[in-house]
Amino acid sequence: MSQTPAPDGATPSHPSPLDEPGITAVVEAALVQIAGAGDLDELKSARIAHTGERSALALANRAIGGLAPADKGAAGRLVGQARAAITGAIAERQVVLEAERDARVLVEETLDVTLPVDRHPRGARHPLQTLQERVADVFVAMGWEIAEGPELEAEWFNFDALNFGVDHPARQMQDTFYVASPDGSDEPSNLVLRTHTSPVQARSLLERGVPVYIACPGKVFRTDELDATHTPVFHQVEGLAIDRGLTMAHLKGTLDHFAKAMFGPDARTRLRPSYFPFTEPSAEMDLWFPQKKGGPGWIEWGGCGMVNPNVLRACGVDPEEYSGFAFGMGIERTLMLRHGIGLMHDMVEGDVRFSTQFQAVI
Amino acid sequence: MPRVPLSWLGEHVELPAGLTAEQLAADLVRVGLEEEAIHGAAVTGPLVVGRVVERTPEPQKNGKTINWCRVDVGEEHNETREDGSRGPRGIVCGAHNFDVGDHVVVALPGAVLPGPFPIASRKTYGHVSDGMICSQRELGLGDDHAGIIVLADLGLDAPVGTDALELLGLGDEVLEINVTPDRGYCFSMRGVAREFAHSTGAAFTDPALPEPTDERPAGFGVELDDEAPIHGVPGVDRFVAQVVRGVRADVPSPAWLQRRLQQAGMRAISLAVDATNYVMLDLGQPLHAYDLDRVAEPIVVRRAVPGESIRTLDDQVRTLDPQDLLVTDSPAGARASRIIGLAGVMGGGDSEVGPQTTDVLVEAAHWDPVTVARTARRHKLPSEAAKRYERGVDPRLPRVAVQAVVDLLVEYGGGVPDDALTDVDRTVAPASFVLDLDLPARLVGVPYAHDEVREVLTAIGCTLEDGAAGTVVVTPPSWRPDLAVPVDLVEEIARLRGYDAIPSIVPPAPAGLGLTWEQRARRAAAEALVGAGLVEVLSYPFVGADQLDALGLPDDDERRRAVRLANPLSDAQPLMRTDLLVTLLDTARRNVGRGASDVCVFEVGLVTLPNVDAPPAPSLPGAVRPSPDELAAIEAAVPPQPRHVAGLLAGRLEPAGVWGPGRRADHRDAIAAALLVARVVGVDAEVSAERERAPFHPGRTARLTVAGHVVGYAGELHPNVVAAHDLPPRSAAFDLDLDALLAAAPRDAHQARAISTFPVAKEDVALVVPSDVPAADVLAAVRVGAAASTAGDVVEDVRLFDVYEGEQVGPGHRSLAFALRLRAADRTLTADETAAVREAVVAEAARRFGATLRA
Repeated sequence: MSQTPAPDGATPSHPSPLDEPGITAVVEAALVQIAGAGDLDELKSARIAHTGERSALALANRAIGGLAPADKGAAGRLVGQARAAITGAIAERQVVLEAERDARVLVEETLDVTLPVDRHPRGARHPLQTLQERVADVFVAMGWEIAEGPELEAEWFNFDALNFGVDHPARQMQDTFYVASPDGSDEPSNLVLRTHTSPVQARSLLERGVPVYIACPGKVFRTDELDATHTPVFHQVEGLAIDRGLTMAHLKGTLDHFAKAMFGPDARTRLRPSYFPFTEPSAEMDLWFPQKKGGPGWIEWGGCGMVNPNVLRACGVDPEEYSGFAFGMGIERTLMLRHGIGLMHDMVEGDVRFSTQFQAVI
Repeated sequence: MPRVPLSWLGEHVELPAGLTAEQLAADLVRVGLEEEAIHGAAVTGPLVVGRVVERTPEPQKNGKTINWCRVDVGEEHNETREDGSRGPRGIVCGAHNFDVGDHVVVALPGAVLPGPFPIASRKTYGHVSDGMICSQRELGLGDDHAGIIVLADLGLDAPVGTDALELLGLGDEVLEINVTPDRGYCFSMRGVAREFAHSTGAAFTDPALPEPTDERPAGFGVELDDEAPIHGVPGVDRFVAQVVRGVRADVPSPAWLQRRLQQAGMRAISLAVDATNYVMLDLGQPLHAYDLDRVAEPIVVRRAVPGESIRTLDDQVRTLDPQDLLVTDSPAGARASRIIGLAGVMGGGDSEVGPQTTDVLVEAAHWDPVTVARTARRHKLPSEAAKRYERGVDPRLPRVAVQAVVDLLVEYGGGVPDDALTDVDRTVAPASFVLDLDLPARLVGVPYAHDEVREVLTAIGCTLEDGAAGTVVVTPPSWRPDLAVPVDLVEEIARLRGYDAIPSIVPPAPAGLGLTWEQRARRAAAEALVGAGLVEVLSYPFVGADQLDALGLPDDDERRRAVRLANPLSDAQPLMRTDLLVTLLDTARRNVGRGASDVCVFEVGLVTLPNVDAPPAPSLPGAVRPSPDELAAIEAAVPPQPRHVAGLLAGRLEPAGVWGPGRRADHRDAIAAALLVARVVGVDAEVSAERERAPFHPGRTARLTVAGHVVGYAGELHPNVVAAHDLPPRSAAFDLDLDALLAAAPRDAHQARAISTFPVAKEDVALVVPSDVPAADVLAAVRVGAAASTAGDVVEDVRLFDVYEGEQVGPGHRSLAFALRLRAADRTLTADETAAVREAVVAEAARRFGATLRA
């Protein structure tokens, strides 16, 4: 029969179950060993040594069976109490050592959380698109709807419906891309790349009737070479409101509200007399721009006016009964102003470094 | 655009003392004349008249001879001698065209001449030169650098010490304004002066009123013979001509006149030409001066006949169109046989005044704007005259303008005018119309009083008569052809009372429905791609045939039949894109060229599909609602332009980093991105193999279909395309017809499945099938089989988790292992039920493909 040596090297004794001092000694030795267990493995050894089948107490317990019946009760109590004391101590020690182990493991698991983490980088929207959506949201919040139309458009919608006479100089000033005849002949196709989003106005009036309150963001085309401030393909947002009793004051109110939505509470607009075939009276719109380089000031933002009765007639609306206003401004210009963009090239060349700057809400 | 020298403007309207160009610009912009530029004074600092008192020629070693001069520049500017007395300045001058006693122009130290060229005292040729005697060119007055200015040569006489800046008009600021196409009358000092008066209330004197009406004997024969008016409007309705005899037509104009032309941006040429240009700039009436000896009576205005041609002043021979209106004369009795000008656009060279001219025929006419506009455009001759005529010239001007030119020729050319005068006048008075006096208030939103409206209309030159109650009958002035209907007058009221007076009121729109489903779906699709790591870009839609070649499109591919622009920016890119990938590939190439190694981009945009058999769009008038048939014809002519979304994945989608080497995007990512877009808009697209769709790899490309309709393609790009665009190997792409996808999407609200809380049963099934059976087909069979089992539809999810090819399944076969998650809504599935699902799956796969359960 092998014996587990006591930690202190003392020869373990095997007291009889009636040997109270002997049992007490065993318990005390056990408690010492349990308290001294430095980790869970040592505690496990202590448990086996003192509660295992070959431990002194187990042997004493077994010996009870051989005692005189009168002694069995006392012996049982003595051994039972001894076992309870040891088991309780082990359990207590177990809790402490487990907590120590858990804390140590967490420390050991420490990593450098400043290492790069961007394993699945998000892409980015193009800010011109985001800005058009933002513009749309501003008008939707005012109860307006968003209308769209084709980019390659019939001349009638791009010009004639909007009161651009065939021979009027204004028609020549638009720097229009004309579409060649599909059969390759020199005959006019009467199709153009739309020079403004205004044809959507005419389409919307014809499709929806009145009253109508719509904004039309979209791509437009002029025969300008790309340079720092021009691009042959750019974006506009145009607004149209036709209803009974609308005046230029409503136009001004709409523009002021839109300016504040885009540029903050200090923004406001100013109108200057101008000319567009599709509006009368017409105005250029200046924006009071607090963040202007070199100090706050007015900058040109777009054109607007009261819809010309001829436009209403072309769309089947009675100008005696209905009036309304229209306005338009460049999205590129708005983006450049808001975000301090110096070169048109950056917006149109599709360089991912441009779009990825705009990860945040704009 | 017109340039307005302040001193010139001041001849017609009272300018406040000290008015700057900047203030003038602010005054004019209020009434709608926008500043284009301010051209500052050409010369600043002391520039004075001096008298040469000594001139000593001094030959130099370099062969030149300079003149060492003493110039009296007046008490104030003369130099202080050593003894304290004052005397003429010492100036070195290289020119020799002057003598002692001549009055010259001296720039003193501190002056800045155009260049800028600052003047200072400097040592030169052994003297201290204390200023500069100036030539015309040095002062920016002209090209003449043959010698210095001798004032007497310019017809100028001024005492020593006079401020030469003022004398020569050099201190004058010039405002360049932008005139909108409706205000042709502002292409003149007369019109701008009127607008300045409107803006500030300054006193304005109309230089063209009153029009002389005295009867004169008939002059040079002129016949107006337009047999083909455009839109029923005669090409000419007024023609005034007068002869001035014995004119030195070819002498230079007086200096003040030359200076004004120059300030207005025109070159001085000779007296006769300069006089017509000057009066045009001043009044707005273009004129022409003919050499009387080279014009044969009568002058006939007529349309061109087919085949006619003209050599214009710019020495170009131009073939004429029957719509071109011509000025002709009648040499040797052949009436109207010789063309002497394109009406309102440009004269012919033969009848021009020249050095031999003595007698001049001065012409001013009123041409139809449309006729002039078409001719100018047709022959690409955007002349100063055409610019004015096509915007509308005052028909009451010709006689006044001819008189003004005649006066100049008499005064500066020594001519004697004929008493006779040609004035063929067929003009009709401007039509009057009724204005509701409440209309301005109703449209502008400012409560203008009726008297206020009347006052403004009178101020702009309208004639008013009382109409029915609350109305007035308005006859616009002759110089305002743009005022034709009541709203035109509303703008006049609004602008002259000030746009600043308009209040700001947000209109209460009726409640809207917000963004449409399509608009929201497109946003969601773009956001989903961004979430998947793709960057949105924009590209121009212009492409060239070589780009389509680089895409590997077969010759008969529909996408080669692209819509062509008549006037592309670049002849290399005359086509409208038929496929977004064409321009997206170029965008990716540009990024790679700029050093990007991983380029995962997408674009949402329209493509233009060919509309080959469509008739041209009808040409319809404005201001009239087209009939339904006409609208349908317009729609039929406009090519279809579906909105596509395309993406290109080149390089890594997951970057290299501390976590490892990263992961290159491949065909799977492209297909996944396309399916993601479909899923976001609510569509379960079906995937099948696509073998022949450029620019894709024939063996690694998926065709996406919805209910049998192709909505797009996704997969690896063809290696040739990858190479042609310098992209990383195995780059992948997708292209979806977003409009078609949205059209196929269900619009009914998604009906939710109840969440079962009964336990899940998991079954794995490995099926051995021939290798050429697509996994998607087997998956479909698994789904169908499972749903058809006796357990009912208890499949929660099916996932293909392993593909094995090898010895264990034999050649030509592969094993596809599926993980099934089974769960009933109302009970715990029994072992028998899950076994039944398994058997049903195997049975269906066996029936379709001869599949066996892998051992």
